[in-house]
Amino acid sequence: MKDNRLKVALVGNPNAGKSTLFNSLTGLRQKTGNFPGVTVEKKSGTFLLKGPNNQGLTVTAVDLPGTYSIYPKSADEAVVMDILANPQHPDYPDVVVVVVDGSNLLRNLLLFSEIHDLGLPTVMALNMLDVASDRNITVNAVQLAMHFQVPVVNINARTGTGVTQLKEAISGVIHSPKYQLKSYFYNPADSFPALISEVKAEYGLTNDYMAMQYVCQHDNFTFVERALQVKLDGLIEKHDFDEQDFLATETIDRYERLKPIVDKAVKVTGETEQPYWTRQLDRLLLHPIGGYLSFAAVLILVFQAIFAWASYPMDLIDEATATTIGWVKDMLPPGILNDLITDGVLAGVGGVIIFIPQIAILFALVAILEESGYMARVMVIMDRLMRKFGLNGRSVVPLISGVACAVPAIMTTRSINSRYERLLTILVTPLMSCSARLPIYAILIALVVPAQKVLGIFNLQGLVLFGLYLLGLVGALASAWVISLFVPRKEPGYFMLEMPSYKLPRWGHVGMTMYESVRSFVFEAGKIIVAISIILWLLASYGPGDRMDKAEQAVVASMSVDATQEDVDAAVASARLENSYAGSFGHFIEPAIRPLGYDWKIGIALLASFAAREVFVGTMATIYSITGDSEDVLTVKERLQQELNPETGQPMYTTAVGTSLLMFYVFAMMCMSTIAVVYRETNGWKWPLIQLLYMTALAYVSAFIAYQVLS
Amino acid sequence: MSARTVSQLKKGEKGIIKSFKDRLMSLKLLEMGCVPGCTVRLDGSAPFGDPVCVNIGGQYCLSLRISEAATIEIE
Repeated sequence: MKDNRLKVALVGNPNAGKSTLFNSLTGLRQKTGNFPGVTVEKKSGTFLLKGPNNQGLTVTAVDLPGTYSIYPKSADEAVVMDILANPQHPDYPDVVVVVVDGSNLLRNLLLFSEIHDLGLPTVMALNMLDVASDRNITVNAVQLAMHFQVPVVNINARTGTGVTQLKEAISGVIHSPKYQLKSYFYNPADSFPALISEVKAEYGLTNDYMAMQYVCQHDNFTFVERALQVKLDGLIEKHDFDEQDFLATETIDRYERLKPIVDKAVKVTGETEQPYWTRQLDRLLLHPIGGYLSFAAVLILVFQAIFAWASYPMDLIDEATATTIGWVKDMLPPGILNDLITDGVLAGVGGVIIFIPQIAILFALVAILEESGYMARVMVIMDRLMRKFGLNGRSVVPLISGVACAVPAIMTTRSINSRYERLLTILVTPLMSCSARLPIYAILIALVVPAQKVLGIFNLQGLVLFGLYLLGLVGALASAWVISLFVPRKEPGYFMLEMPSYKLPRWGHVGMTMYESVRSFVFEAGKIIVAISIILWLLASYGPGDRMDKAEQAVVASMSVDATQEDVDAAVASARLENSYAGSFGHFIEPAIRPLGYDWKIGIALLASFAAREVFVGTMATIYSITGDSEDVLTVKERLQQELNPETGQPMYTTAVGTSLLMFYVFAMMCMSTIAVVYRETNGWKWPLIQLLYMTALAYVSAFIAYQVLS
Repeated sequence: MSARTVSQLKKGEKGIIKSFKDRLMSLKLLEMGCVPGCTVRLDGSAPFGDPVCVNIGGQYCLSLRISEAATIEIE
């Protein structure tokens, strides 16, 4: 429900400087969340205004998704009108600030004129005048203010110039008498008087243009009940209204009316080219050879950062977790509570925070690439290749981000404006090897691949690791292609991407993005991972009836007298686990995984990691009852090397079993958080279930082939 | 002879938007500032010639697939 606090919404074209202005206005007083009912990211924050008696007035600013018009083309953009058309919406603004790029005035004024006609109190923030003047363009703000009868403020969002004046203008609008639209810039009632008046009467509207939005956009309006939406369809039919025809006419008419205004307000004093540096950089970065080489260099840098640089803080976190667990274990009296806190909760928390360095670095780098304008070039040079697989150049960002974590990667697909291509991207992004797979790869490679040099310079283990990442990428592209054969495309995909000029990244913004991605990972994915750790601990600590106790007694009785206490403890833990709920499940699924070369112990690890694959190594450690520091990969590895296959007497982890496991983990959908986010992003269970099925099948078949061929 | 389209422009060549061949595509292009009467210039293209980068009315650079550029008729 709408509350009484004052709200300002920021609206504008992509690349107009809307988010920069938002940061200048709110500084650190901002938070990120979701718009109610939808998963589109919402940034809101507060700032102070001077009230009429000079007292401070706190105003909430909401940064709405960037859009070229109020008619949405993507899931992101649909949010804008869903809020602006619904006075009951909690984010419904008292004032709309339209950020207008002065260096590209005509196109930016299209959106402004639409917002203006909706009858909302509006302020125009004229931004990018420095860019305009570099391109020999000067803009007369007074002309625009006079024409539209709204306050127009010159700002420079990057430096913060004009923000004080903008606040004064907002304050002026808030404290002026109730806002009334003086005249429509473009009135649809001129062409469709009967339809508009009927909609206005039926839905209690006063604004003609808003009534037209009900006609054109009611399917996107979450606040209009289904029955009332259907009724609108009836009205459209009754009045024989052709929506597409109207939209084309409206846009052309608006531009025709805007043209003389722009001609009057804009003075051009020379060539209006893109900045020199942008043209020079594009010659290199879009070059047939140079373009791909530079992209490869950027990718190598990103990988280097995620895997080499992040390992230092990750080692520190790992050590700190182990120390903390050991310390708590000693401090608390032994017992169930102690085990639950250390082996359940703390181990789970450790499993979450270990990924923070990688996620922070990846998102900082992606933010820098996006801020600088380079990401748009990557999308351009990759579009043709991506299209062959049914994807879009914009799919590159989620696919790259998927190397850190599929959850935020899937959220970045919202910017893909073609629904079909967005769906395909969502379905295949989890095949990219995320950072949670890395510890699994590391231990299995160490187990089955000899540490030797190839061609004198390449480390064989490193090459195999690289190969697994490549396999994930190839799997993602191939799956997209196969899915596109089965799922018919309803509308043609389209690309159409504005190429911003290159800019230096705003470091504050990069830092904020980094902080936000870490925060949402820790609190959203973290909750699930910790919960699973606890459940797993419960399943592994308890068993049906007194089976676990009986198994323990049998083991103790069978041990030889000279066995050390450590050996006894290890054997007891192992026997108890085999008879716990988790152990029973391992035995239960053993027949299904035997063709892949796995036994019931690996079955438990599979079960545990179906919820979150990162618990694999920890589970293996528990299962193989390692005494001492179970977090240390080396000891787990040594223990796995010693594990014998009870049937053959040979080592359990042969090349065949190791490879089979690697194949399984490359392709399997083993992450509850991903399933949850796909459910949210696709609004239903259909696609996450299909995804779970096809990825599991892919994993099973490749693991089966690997094992059968190699054994 | 059918009209030329943006996809047939050579690098650096200019044209003036006349009309659109695809209605759905035209709605998107119009909102991006590709209005009839507006000057377009092919600034360059991605490796292998698709997508292309088109300067719209001297205002900004828009990247389009060849198939999208082929829906914009010019004179």
